[in-house]
Parts: sequence; C-alpha cells; structure tokens
Amino acid sequence: MASRHPDWSLEAGQCVLEALSEHERLVLPALQALQNAFGFVPAEAVRLVASSINVSVAETHGVLSFYRELRTTPPAAVTVSLCSAEACQANGARALVDEVAAFLAPVGGRSAEGEVDVVEVFCLGNCALGPAALVNERLLGRVDLASLSRAVDAARHEVIA
Amino acid sequence: MTTVYVPRDSAARSVGADDVADALVRETGSSGLDVTVVRNGSRGMLWCEPLIEVVTDRGRVGYGPSSSADVAGLLEAGMLTGTDHETCVGVVDDHPWLTSQQRVTFARVGVIDPLDVADFEAHGGLSGLRRALEIGPAAVIQEVLDSGLRGRGGAGFPAGIKWRTVSEAVADQKYVCCNADEGDSGTYADRMLMEGDPFTLIEGMVIAGIATGATRGFIYSRSEYPDANATIRTALEVAATHGFVGNDVLGSGYTFELSHRVGAGAYICGEETAMLESLEGRRGMVRSKPPIPALVGLFGRPTLVNNALTLATAPMIIADGGAAYQALGSDRSRGTQVFQLSGNVARGGIVEVPFGISLRAMVEDYAGGTRSGRPVRAVLVGGPLGAYVPAADLDVALDYEAMIAAGGMIGHGGIVVFDDTVDMAEQARFAMEFCSKESCGKCTPCRVGAVRGVEVIDRIRWGVDRADNLVLLNDLCDLMTDGSLCAMGGLTPMPVRSALRHFSEDFER
Repeated sequence: MASRHPDWSLEAGQCVLEALSEHERLVLPALQALQNAFGFVPAEAVRLVASSINVSVAETHGVLSFYRELRTTPPAAVTVSLCSAEACQANGARALVDEVAAFLAPVGGRSAEGEVDVVEVFCLGNCALGPAALVNERLLGRVDLASLSRAVDAARHEVIA
Repeated sequence: MTTVYVPRDSAARSVGADDVADALVRETGSSGLDVTVVRNGSRGMLWCEPLIEVVTDRGRVGYGPSSSADVAGLLEAGMLTGTDHETCVGVVDDHPWLTSQQRVTFARVGVIDPLDVADFEAHGGLSGLRRALEIGPAAVIQEVLDSGLRGRGGAGFPAGIKWRTVSEAVADQKYVCCNADEGDSGTYADRMLMEGDPFTLIEGMVIAGIATGATRGFIYSRSEYPDANATIRTALEVAATHGFVGNDVLGSGYTFELSHRVGAGAYICGEETAMLESLEGRRGMVRSKPPIPALVGLFGRPTLVNNALTLATAPMIIADGGAAYQALGSDRSRGTQVFQLSGNVARGGIVEVPFGISLRAMVEDYAGGTRSGRPVRAVLVGGPLGAYVPAADLDVALDYEAMIAAGGMIGHGGIVVFDDTVDMAEQARFAMEFCSKESCGKCTPCRVGAVRGVEVIDRIRWGVDRADNLVLLNDLCDLMTDGSLCAMGGLTPMPVRSALRHFSEDFER
C-alpha cells in the first residue's frame, strides 16, 4: 500500500525525539512529532517517549489515548476528514456523510481497496462555505460527492507519485 | 505594472483561489502583461471567493466569485483596467458590505500581504507596540482598562483586569498564552486573522508580555487549521528577523520569546485550563478554579490567557488610545465584535461592527437570508454551547448582556443560520452527542450527563414516556448547568433548552 510516510523503526523514532527543541520535550509534542514523521504512533514508541521525556508509560499512554487525532495504526494513503458540526449540518453535511459512507467508507472506516480513511471532525473553520472537508491537508468548501472524489483521486496520485 | 490580489486564505483556497492565481500568472505571462500577483488574506466576503482584486486609479476593483476558467475572459474583457464584468463587485472598499462595517481588529485582514512587514507597517502595524514601549506597562494596562475590552473567547471577562492581575503577580517567570483553539462551529475569525494578518496577533502578544512582565508566550492553535499554522510559523520567523519578537524587542531591552503549539483534535482544549494542561504536554483535562490561571497558570506560573481576537485588538487600542475603542459599542459591551456569518446563508463572512446591532440585521441584511431560499427557522448564536434563536426573536441586540437576558450568549461571535428543514430535536440531540464526544471526563455531570442526555432525547423522539422523559431532561439540564466543572458541561444545556423552549413541536413528531 502506498504511504505518505517513511517506515517506523526504533532508531528513526529516537532521531525524531532527539530533534525536539528544549521547549517541546513534553509528551504531547513528542507524540505529535512521531505521528508527523511516521503517520502514527506505534505501540513500541510509547516506552521510547516515556523514557525520553522521563514520565511514566501510563501517562504517555494517557495522552496518546486522549487526543482524537493521535493514532496507533498506520493511516491510509488518503484521509478524508468530514466536518460534522452545526454550520456544515445547516448545509447538508449529514446527507454528505451518508453519501460518503455508501461511496467510500463510513465515518471511522476505510475504503474497500484500503486507500482512503474517512474520519469525522468538528469544524474546519470553513463555516461560510460548507459543507467542508479536508483531504489530507487540502481544505475543500461547498463540497459534494463529485468534488470530493476528484480531490481524493488527486491526493491518491500525489501519494503514489 | 499592475498589482492583482488573490487571497491565500484557506476558505478562498477551498473554492479554487490557488487555481485562479496560477491561471493569472500563466495567462498574463503568455500575453506579456506586466502583472504582480499578491496573495492577501480574505476581505471576509466569503460568498465572493475566490475574489480577484485589481489595483486601479479608482481603487481595488473586485471580481468574484471567479474560477480559473474565467481568468482568460476577464483579462480579455479588460479586468486589468477595472472594466465592468458580470462578476465585477466594483471598488471593494466602496462595497456596502464593507462600508457599513467598522473594522478595528480586522482592519488589515484582506488588505495587506500577510507576511510583508513593510506592507504591515504602511497600514499602521507596530504603531501600537511602539507606543506601548513609549508609555510603559502601567499606562498600557490603563489603556486596556479604559477601552472596556472584554475577552472575545466567549466568557467576556474584562481584559484590563486580567492584564493587571498578571502584572501584579510576582514570579520568576510569567507567560502569555493565546487561545487560538477556535473549535466552535460557525467561528473562523481566529483562523482568518492568523492567515490574513498574523503580525497583529504577534504584536498584541508582545504588548501583553511587556505590560504584564511575561517574557515567554505560546500561541495554541488547532491541527484542523493547517494553513493558519503554516502562516503563523512563517510569521514568527519573519517577526524575529525584524526584531519585534525575541530578545530586545525593537531595541527596547524587553524580551518576549514566542512559540507556536498545535492541538490534536480536542474541543475541550479551547477551555483555558485544559489548554494549559495541553501546553504542558498532558491530557487536556480541565483544572478546578481557583486558583485562577492569572496567578497559577502554565507550569504553575502567572499566565495571561486571552483569545486570539482579544490579543489582536490590543495593538489598535494602544495605538489609538482606549477612549477611541470605548466610544464604540453599547451598554457594558464596548468596542467592536467580529461576527462570523455561516451555515445556510446567501452571504457568509466576517462582519465587524460595534456591539448592539440586532441579530435581524445580521441575518437579513448582511447574510441576505438563506442560501437555500427557504425561510429562516433558527439561528445558533455563540457556538455549540450557545442558544438557538427562533426566527421570531431576531430583534435581540447582539451584546453580552442582551444575549444573556434573552437566554443565550454571544460567545466567540458565531452566527449559524438554519432554514425550515432543520429538525430541532436532532440539533438538541447533537448538542448532547457533541458534549459526550468532547467532554474531558473529569467531572461526572458532563461525562455521564451528556451520554444520558442523548439517551433521554432519543426516548423523547421515539415517543417513549415522553412527558416523564421531558421532566427528566430538564432535571438533567439543571444538574449539568449547576454541577459541571467548566462551560462544556455547564453550557451544553443551553442549545438543548432553547430548542425545547422554542421548537417543542419538533420533540413531538
């Protein structure tokens, strides 16, 4: 499967943590740095972060499990984040979520061919041009199934290229 | 040479601004036209995005909404000389949407190149900081007190009192933290400011640092805002190069180091104490107050926590004096509020006006009613923890006290319009569901109450013991309001109760 990220290894993880600035030597920034680098936080990274920051494994796991965006499994090549909050609801977001579920995957799921994750987010700050979605880091406004599919295809090609 | 503006604001990009800018460069290049494309912030007329602005003798003439396919035709029609066209909105500064506004916090957003310090200074940037250095910390705090500025995050606490409290606290280290974790649906002013005029936020934080004696600051933003985060990061580097943040600010001897941090998808981190926990790298669990963050905040030190809009208004207040800002507004709501129109609206965008304007003027005049063309049924004011206002009550004045008297709140200034297809029982259920998903879990009324709230509303909607369950729902709302540790659980009953009060028929279907 195509990936946006390099492979995880303990040594590569160590390098990421060593690159943190003095003010970022905290659990959340450390986990974020790992996720930015590898696309997810592998189970064995928890111990690495705990010993590197000098906090308990329990506390590290607590932070990892608190934040919705931090993930412990590799992401698909493309992540579609659908806004499900009020301003987008007023513009048909609920119907879009249903259409995407039928066409790609339900919220929290992965498409059949394994290349697209669909997640729910609450507000992308594009409330005047809803429904809004994020395809990897590209924001879409006035989105419908057709424009979303085009953006997903473009993102898929970018990752594979 | 002709200068043409195409916004880099992410809302504009979300509907094709990058393609428009690329097409402009390509088409003018191949025709040998001498054109510079500047990527500005958005003017906030979001229904016009992507809005192309051409600098002419008459002013900046706008064309929007434009698509990349329109560019060749626009150039051929004479866009570079400001010729009329079916998408032409005229001289943008003369547009009634803007001329009727009073932009203070947003004065430069959409006007300047967001990362060009010379452009920023040419439009009044750094004049607040320079005056702050002249008059000194005590006088700065007095100006903020005199301005009547209240916290724009939603709570509306007088900013000057908070600044004074932090300034009087004695500690080896103090902090200024900007809360830019703008999670309320229907709000995007922090994002647009960070993308369209980031130096103003930085300037405001430096002023706050000098006034309170804090030498370190953090901007806490959201991972859902990748463009804003990239702009802020670049702006911080540019600001450091130009010497208005870091060591020896503008040669004054003051130090203010500023860093940027991003959340990881947790609405609760917009609550100030949860944000401080998150900044310390931990789970975003709400802290009990007292002690207040102004005395015991980040890493246990005195910390000024203000919303991005509050901090970004400080430069204008210091530059022009607190009295000028205080002269605007109504009753105890002084100055301007950056309202954000969204949802089912014909014209969504930023409306910065003095407090006291009616909700009707916002919904009917500025927003132009619904995008669907159907009647307005409900307006959610103040975010997911605000109240649903029925169409019959649109005459309410938008200020802190009037909104509270009407059973709502002004919050962060978000106004979300729904047409008559909305099911208000479903919206009430969503309010509880949102709370159940976003609760930090520290206190029981919020953590368990929200889950029970979803279940009770489901039973009401299914017609199971409806009368008894309505009593139960009201009781639950009382408990969450009175017993929750913070506004998440404490205000979730507000949208629920407003839906019950004004749209009871939706619970009886």
